[in-house]
Amino acid sequence: MSTTTTRAGAFSDQELARIRADFPILARTVRDGHPLVYLDSGATSQKPYAVLDAERDWYTQVNAAPHRGAHALSEEGTEAYEAARATIAAFVGAGPQEIVFTKNATESLNLAAYAFSNASTGGGGGGGDRFRLGPGDEVVVTEMEHHANLIPWQELCRRTGATLRWLGVTDEGRLDLSNLDSVITERTRVVSVVHASNVLGTINPVATIVARARSVGALVVLDACQSVPHLAVDVADLGVDLLAFSGHKMLGPMGVGVLWGRPEVLDAMPVFLTGGSMIETVTMERATYAPVPQKFEAGVPNAAQAVGLAAACDYLTELGMDRVAAHEHALTELLLAGLRERPWTRLVGPDDLLDRGGAVSFVVDEVHAHDVGQILDDQGVAVRVGHHCAWPLHRRMRAMATTRVSVAAYTTPADIAAFFTALDRVPTVFGIGG
Amino acid sequence: MDLYQQLIIDHSKRPHRMGLRDPFDAEVHHVNPTCGDEITLRVDVDGDVVRDLSYDSLGCSISVASASMLAELLTGEDVGHARTVYAAIRHMLTSKGGDPGDEDVIGDAVALSGVARYPARVKCALLSWMALADAMAQSGIDLTEETHV
Ligand SMILES: Cc1ncc(COP(=O)(O)O)c(C=O)c1O
Repeated sequence: MSTTTTRAGAFSDQELARIRADFPILARTVRDGHPLVYLDSGATSQKPYAVLDAERDWYTQVNAAPHRGAHALSEEGTEAYEAARATIAAFVGAGPQEIVFTKNATESLNLAAYAFSNASTGGGGGGGDRFRLGPGDEVVVTEMEHHANLIPWQELCRRTGATLRWLGVTDEGRLDLSNLDSVITERTRVVSVVHASNVLGTINPVATIVARARSVGALVVLDACQSVPHLAVDVADLGVDLLAFSGHKMLGPMGVGVLWGRPEVLDAMPVFLTGGSMIETVTMERATYAPVPQKFEAGVPNAAQAVGLAAACDYLTELGMDRVAAHEHALTELLLAGLRERPWTRLVGPDDLLDRGGAVSFVVDEVHAHDVGQILDDQGVAVRVGHHCAWPLHRRMRAMATTRVSVAAYTTPADIAAFFTALDRVPTVFGIGG
Repeated sequence: MDLYQQLIIDHSKRPHRMGLRDPFDAEVHHVNPTCGDEITLRVDVDGDVVRDLSYDSLGCSISVASASMLAELLTGEDVGHARTVYAAIRHMLTSKGGDPGDEDVIGDAVALSGVARYPARVKCALLSWMALADAMAQSGIDLTEETHV
């Protein structure tokens, strides 16, 4: 596939056909022969052959424990693993030594939260008073966080005596910044927010939050799980201190995630998981630690998955992230328009395309999301139903559960049409609308 | 689709014996954490008889209909019968479709037999029954005891 240098637009039918041929699973059928219509990429994306081949090549050609031993395979394995790190780092505009491999974004966010926790109880490997928390200190999140970016901070506050505060969400599903200055204050030590909401689709105004956090000396953590797979993300532009994402949501394998950090921030963070290959010297009494990123990568790493994720980054780069974003933008427009035409649905999230990603959640009057999902599933349409690991947000939006459609580079306008055709059975089955 | 038989739609739209009533011996609150379905259920047991079963149910059609059927099947029945029905429902719902349910024992709840083929939904149908077993246990009655039909 060649990238265009002209203005980015949605993928053409021919381009989509070529892309879809790279994803074998998209050709299968489900539930008595219905072609699969996969609209759950927000939960996990499908994987192209390029990623599967990269993982297989790792195991058939170079498999060895990286950074351990000195035989030929171990050398090549280390090289491949570190090359993957460089590719993934470049994908988000970072230097290779600025990214730490984890198992997923959840672990990345816990690594960040535990830096504060461990600093507060005298943990080693860091330098920083910046990370020490106690009563009187505050941690700020938002009401639209995925549980993965809420519970680690709740637990951190419980352990250290710090106080958890949060920015609210408007009825429309945007971050409520009206009290930004009274929520983020001189007491705030860290602000952790989601970049693109996995429920609302909302893309948050990172610059505004960073500016306020900087003015009070707080660190900023960004949960970029739903942005890195869908739009061009550059860590330098964002101006945050730490950023987390998962490989499996961006065409990569399950089992690998990333924590990016500013070098001086990562340096100052105490170690989290400890053990083999994250050390410098060890005696029976104590240890000193390797430089970043090794000090955060205890144990034999998920090297095959890292190599697979690098292949996913190459694949997305080849497609062009501006094209991917434009394509998903067009699909989101179809989804919003289709829901607007169906007055028995209520969108949960912004009804415009400004600063909006391709997660579109809604409720159907009088019909529970589980029942909506079941009708869709019966026709081969895979969506997510429930609270999508954002229970407080659902409570805020007065929805017990929602149905979420989410798109990716391989999603077609025909998928969206099939979704609406299936959705239109809901009023008939449940006797609503009119 | 055959999962949503008319009986399920009817029970979920107009749940029988819905609402929380006094007096009661035990009250329990159960949730299905994957989807947020909730039920608060009260039992009023008089010796060997389930005098009243009242509940407040919030959730999908399967979970609400199942609670409605439960209340209809067991209110005023004796504990021995409750054990039989409880065992029959559990067996049907966990049979992966192998057990179509016996209408003479479980009445309208045979309409729930289709749920057994959808593992993700079995929990919705079982929610009220798990709450019932819990509430009965708190009233000193073990619903899971072996029954000899
Ligand atoms: C916004 C957001 N944050 C965090 C996560 C957690 O990602 P993972 O389960 O891969 O750790 C998700 C995944 O659903 C998400 O959508």
